[in-house]
Amino acid sequence: MNNEQIKIAIADLLPSAIIEESSEWLTIHIEPVDWLPLAEKLRNTAELYFDYLFCLTCVDWKSHLTMVYHLTSTFHRHTLVVKSKLDRDDARIETVTMIWRTAEFHEREVYELFGVNFLHHPDLRLLILPDGWEGKYPLRKDFEDPVNIIKL
Amino acid sequence: MGKYSPVGALKNVKMVDFSKISKEMPKILPLKQDHETAVFPGEVYNTPGGGILLSKLDNVINWARSNSLWPLVFGTSCCAIEMMSTASAKYDWSRFGFEVARATPRQADVIIIAGTIVNKMAPVLKRLYDQMGDPKYVIAMGACATSGGPFFYNTYSVVKGADHIIPVDVYIAGCPPRPEALLHAMITLQEKIRKGLTREQIRMPKPE
Repeated sequence: MNNEQIKIAIADLLPSAIIEESSEWLTIHIEPVDWLPLAEKLRNTAELYFDYLFCLTCVDWKSHLTMVYHLTSTFHRHTLVVKSKLDRDDARIETVTMIWRTAEFHEREVYELFGVNFLHHPDLRLLILPDGWEGKYPLRKDFEDPVNIIKL
Repeated sequence: MGKYSPVGALKNVKMVDFSKISKEMPKILPLKQDHETAVFPGEVYNTPGGGILLSKLDNVINWARSNSLWPLVFGTSCCAIEMMSTASAKYDWSRFGFEVARATPRQADVIIIAGTIVNKMAPVLKRLYDQMGDPKYVIAMGACATSGGPFFYNTYSVVKGADHIIPVDVYIAGCPPRPEALLHAMITLQEKIRKGLTREQIRMPKPE
């Protein structure tokens, strides 16, 4: 499928999605509540068949957080980026571990570094940070650590 | 050299007559005691029935140690790629006696800190260093191992210089340093060992 066909398919699946095509890959912006049903359709629709979640990350924009999912299809060879704004004080989004298994570790990483709460995640605990770190999110822009950080 | 010799194509090659050379050798070889070069430390006196070598045992030990340094296979980031390049065919650190890279600290003499040391890696690095047998030497490769480098400011997880954890003998600048820089650092370490100036050698108690 080319980008135009994906655009039509997305508009069909989720009319509220905002489509953007300024970057390298076709990007859509969605509401967090729409993510899980859309993800299932992106994975299971035969024409789309996004079977590979090759990047899952988060960005802190100070006013809000943005979850970023990079999806590709190893069969159709097309790529899609899904972005979703999250509330900084109550960041929560459904997990996609059941759809793409790789999300399990990536979501744990985003959880520990940005404090995003992945609902229904099977094993949401710290991945890399030392034990007892809970409650501080080092990749948030307002993270303070007077002991280890030398400020510029 | 015969007409059909396999090296006959090399017109300028001259065969060396080794029997002549031994006759032309001087009675006393002008080998100075010089720790700065890789030359064996000591003076050779030719006497009838064989030569006599005069040297200091310390210098001979230092010379021997400096020429067979076994690095530990240890790399934490991109510097390790340069280290691998230094080890492989193009730069080939075995030319300087470093080829026996060991995957266990028990058998290694020198640890090249090739990469960023994060807080979580710090105790591991300390343990590896402690497990190495004496005498042991440390090279801090690149900006991260020297000072934290690009991660000096505004980072919660990076150690600001590996010398906060273990003592370092030689520092290399660069991000990452080129293989030539690593080779230079290794040769510098060898010179330091020959001169008896490494931290390890200075620390050792002198006999009365």
